[in-house]
Amino acid sequence: MLGEKVLMKGNEAIGEAAIRAGCQLYFAYPITPQSELPQYLARRMPEEGRVFLQAESEIAAINMVYGAAGTGARVMTSSSSPGISLKQEGISYIAGAELPCVIVNIVRGGPGLGGIQPAQSDYFQATKGGGHGDYRLIVLAPASVQEMVDLTILAFDLADKYRNPVMILGDGVLGQMMEPVEFKAVEPANIPKPWATTGRKGREKNIVNSLYLDPSRLEEHNRHLQEKYKQIAENEVRYDSYRSEDAEVLVVAYGITARIARTAVEMARADGLAAGLLRPITLFPFPADAIAQAAEGAEALLTVELSAGQMVEDVRLAVNGKKPVYFYGRTGGMMPTPEEVYREILKVAGKEVAE
Amino acid sequence: MKVVFERPRALSDVTSHYCPGCTHGIIHRLVAEVIDELGILERTIGVASVGCSVLAYNYLECDWQQAAHGRAPAVATGIKRSLPDRVVFTYQGDGDLASIGTAEIVHAANRGERLTVIYVNNAIYGMTGGQMAPTTLEGQVTATTPLGRDVSRAGHPMRMAEMLATLPGVSYLARVAVNKPANIMRAKKAIKQAFMVQIDDLGFGMVEILSTCPTNWGLHPVKALEWVDEAMVPYYPLGEFKVPGEVKEE
Repeated sequence: MLGEKVLMKGNEAIGEAAIRAGCQLYFAYPITPQSELPQYLARRMPEEGRVFLQAESEIAAINMVYGAAGTGARVMTSSSSPGISLKQEGISYIAGAELPCVIVNIVRGGPGLGGIQPAQSDYFQATKGGGHGDYRLIVLAPASVQEMVDLTILAFDLADKYRNPVMILGDGVLGQMMEPVEFKAVEPANIPKPWATTGRKGREKNIVNSLYLDPSRLEEHNRHLQEKYKQIAENEVRYDSYRSEDAEVLVVAYGITARIARTAVEMARADGLAAGLLRPITLFPFPADAIAQAAEGAEALLTVELSAGQMVEDVRLAVNGKKPVYFYGRTGGMMPTPEEVYREILKVAGKEVAE
Repeated sequence: MKVVFERPRALSDVTSHYCPGCTHGIIHRLVAEVIDELGILERTIGVASVGCSVLAYNYLECDWQQAAHGRAPAVATGIKRSLPDRVVFTYQGDGDLASIGTAEIVHAANRGERLTVIYVNNAIYGMTGGQMAPTTLEGQVTATTPLGRDVSRAGHPMRMAEMLATLPGVSYLARVAVNKPANIMRAKKAIKQAFMVQIDDLGFGMVEILSTCPTNWGLHPVKALEWVDEAMVPYYPLGEFKVPGEVKEE
């Protein structure tokens, strides 16, 4: 299917993209609404002579990822919110040991068992570190099935480039919906991994580890990690914008919410109100400079999320009090309609809103 | 002059952090001797766990990964599935394997992962200062069972070898001790078998090794060696619980 358009579910598209990116092993545990991904790879990975393993738990799956990543192989796991919480211990170790891997979170509503409907309430967990210690994931937020493909392929390259775990932060809508996608020819970045534990033949022994009992060495390790995150922040910011140049009301939204917001922006424009949209594609690193710049000409900002207000904190930090930042969110799996978002744009612009 | 005893090539030339009288050193040496004898040093990857043996990666000369507490069998599964022609072993204590890591060990064994597990049982949490382990014996005094383990409240000591021997994926399973020369010889033989079943692609191999903790048992090292026979062996009988026909030695 190279080059041609095919209709695929988001979850399956991630699976196929991982195969194209040279993912050699995939470990996961079933959970709604991402189960199509393990189901797809259960068939496709053996076809390609690669490893699919259904782990006994999310905890085991992420630790299998640790082991396989430590051998230098491209490896992925996926889950949804409660399962990602279980993986946090392993994610912290993977970040500490600087192992490259891809972790997919098809987010559902929480807290606790929550529900199985779409949400964006894992933003804090993904971008601020759900596990212990000072670490960062690279977090990519697709807004279409095509972007699920493209960002999955990018995720493997970024993981290898920075020796860092990369998270694809999707949601239940993106995972479940079908859209046409195109698979372009992929040339995975071929980054040498001299640190991998493959058996010590011909070299000194390698140790994959996150333990530094000497506090000065642990501080040195942390400095190194922070330097790496700084480089990532300098080089890897990605975002998209729609009519943000002259926007009086700048809407900031990511993932599926950005598509709803875009329709609302179009409705505003049709009514003569200068609204615009800035859509972060990388949530870490966050496009703070781009938002600050786009906010300069705006009267106000509106952040829309499927949460009680998480990314909005980063938007506020980005504009640093220079402009008012408003928030509109739905939770629990409820989705805002474009009309709802448009009403919020009108309110933010100080216009009369017919109820 | 003929050399009759020397450091195995797989054993690092360093001083360990283990307490006087602790038998981790003997077990490390046995694993190193087996790795040397099988000629697998350059294709072996060890997985260290959390506990007193957390720094095992400093003491054996193979490649290593350090795993989160209890997760060594899952980490080892990831390594082995990625590199099936390498030899992968975990080195885990009883808190790691029999408490926080029960799910990982049971399922790795049940899948018949081609792994070798060195399971060191000293009936106590050593590194954290002598608290009750899942393997702590009835009545045994520890930092968290000051009046002795009351099995009606704290549960019973876990017999992992017997439990795991029921799983079809397991190829070799033995319990040994390293408290006297004859036992040490048997322990080495068992460790070798546990590696052999992996190399011969027969299934999962594990050796449970009864070990000492004089520091946290509050015993003189010599007394600690005796306590293994007096207190541990009656509850944790030594022997082979599962042996594949192909490698059985009389």
